[in-house]
Amino acid sequence: MLEVKDLYFSYPTGLEALKGINLTVDDGEFLAVMGQNGAGKTTLVKHFNGLLKPTKGEVLVDGVSTQDVSVAKLARNVGFVFQNPDHQLFSETVEDEIAFALKNFGFEASVIEKQIDWALNLLDITQYRKTSPFMLSGGERKRVALASILAWDPKVIILDEPTIGQDHQQKEKLQQFIMQLNAQKKTVVVVTHDVEFVAECNPRVILMTQGKILVDGKAEKILTNPKVLAQASIVPPQITKIFLELADLGLPTDVIDVHEATKILLNRLRNRS
Amino acid sequence: MSVFEGFKFRKVSSVVHDLDPRIKFFFVSVLFVMAILFTKLISLTILFFVPLPFVFMAHVSRQWLRSLRGAMFLAIFIFATNFIFGYFYPTSFQQITPPVDTLMEYLVILERAAAMTLRFVVLIASFSVFFLTTSPDHLGLALQQSHIPYEFCFAFTTAVRFVPVLADEAQTIMDAQKARGLELERGNLLKRVRNYIPVLIPLIVNAIRRSLELAESMESRAWGASKKRTNLYALKLKRADYILFTVSVLMLVLAVYVWLYVSIPSLTALLSL
Repeated sequence: MLEVKDLYFSYPTGLEALKGINLTVDDGEFLAVMGQNGAGKTTLVKHFNGLLKPTKGEVLVDGVSTQDVSVAKLARNVGFVFQNPDHQLFSETVEDEIAFALKNFGFEASVIEKQIDWALNLLDITQYRKTSPFMLSGGERKRVALASILAWDPKVIILDEPTIGQDHQQKEKLQQFIMQLNAQKKTVVVVTHDVEFVAECNPRVILMTQGKILVDGKAEKILTNPKVLAQASIVPPQITKIFLELADLGLPTDVIDVHEATKILLNRLRNRS
Repeated sequence: MSVFEGFKFRKVSSVVHDLDPRIKFFFVSVLFVMAILFTKLISLTILFFVPLPFVFMAHVSRQWLRSLRGAMFLAIFIFATNFIFGYFYPTSFQQITPPVDTLMEYLVILERAAAMTLRFVVLIASFSVFFLTTSPDHLGLALQQSHIPYEFCFAFTTAVRFVPVLADEAQTIMDAQKARGLELERGNLLKRVRNYIPVLIPLIVNAIRRSLELAESMESRAWGASKKRTNLYALKLKRADYILFTVSVLMLVLAVYVWLYVSIPSLTALLSL
């Protein structure tokens, strides 16, 4: 689905943000892009819908180079949810906000109406249909932004820092929702700092630092390697930290999931008693 | 947005950066007055070269060129309108007897249009050097030491400081809307103007939000608690400042003298000799 070949990117200021990235994301895959601030995470994913064009190298979406295709064309297949919903909300009502992209893509009125209903229902914001997006809370605005992207049902969904500014409950809902999207064979790319969120989802992870991919693999392998994580200024999830601290007691050191951790501890306690 | 890049302060160690902002502003104002005084292409061309040594000494040539490139669209617009108005209303030209039909008459109109465009370019070029080499803090300090009330100084420096911030934000908003299929450069002129509504609304809403947050954060830090504010730094004129001030005064005197007593020939007149 997404293929990145020897990608280099420099901003007009001269800052070289990406240095020789090679990456393939298959159809239906769930990828988390992690790394410290300024590692090049957002710069990388902005290449997936053509918002940025490679300085050197190539990015292919469904086998087509992004170099010569407009963002509008690429966006039809690659939906990008920005970090801050306030950077996109402008319409008078939530309904209009969702219809915006559908109109841009030239959907028929009857399809637009159907897709609005579907997206409102999906994100559980039907009650705000006629409300101004500016009157909603931060979490609700985020959901409206997400609905406005999912409305045209893109094959790939990129989410830039989806958990920022969300309370615990919202975060959990969002996590379930993203997992659900992936279960429906959508390719999901998430840019995040949130190790706990990644640990719960357990996707494929690429860890970036200084414009390069440091390591690529399953979350449970990467998030349980404090040495590698330290290079990207990331700390392991809390449950992993506990298990690493208690490694001397014979506990496994590759646990990232709370439920799995609970099982292991319960077994231990039962065996002891 | 590249025109804004040319007004963004770059922290570089150079003689020009170290100059007193008051003197630099006086110098730029002299250039402004000179650009307004002269209407001939020859004098404005000479004027264009005056800020160049400062650009090289301040090591900001790339950013400076970017500001000129950013102003290109407006420059072309100024050139076109001057040429069109000159062609249809040639009565303001002494050398032309309507209707415009000879090559020389066309050249006269062309020269005037080029001169007016160059006047605009000179203004952009000189103010760009000033803003590229003067930090908003120094600018505020300069205003304060010129006995302007602190409230006004603060409002002014904040406005200057937030220009690049707003430019960055505008870019992000444009990216967010492009990712929803908006094609800013599509359609006729009216449609293109309307295309910017989804960019302008979030930009204005966010700017208002940010200003309210800024006001609250300032009040939380005792803004206006004391009438007598002290400053950590104080500006002091140095030798280089006195030299630039003298040069600026001499330039102004020379410009007024030339304007009053010397008749500068037009390029067309010189060529026809």
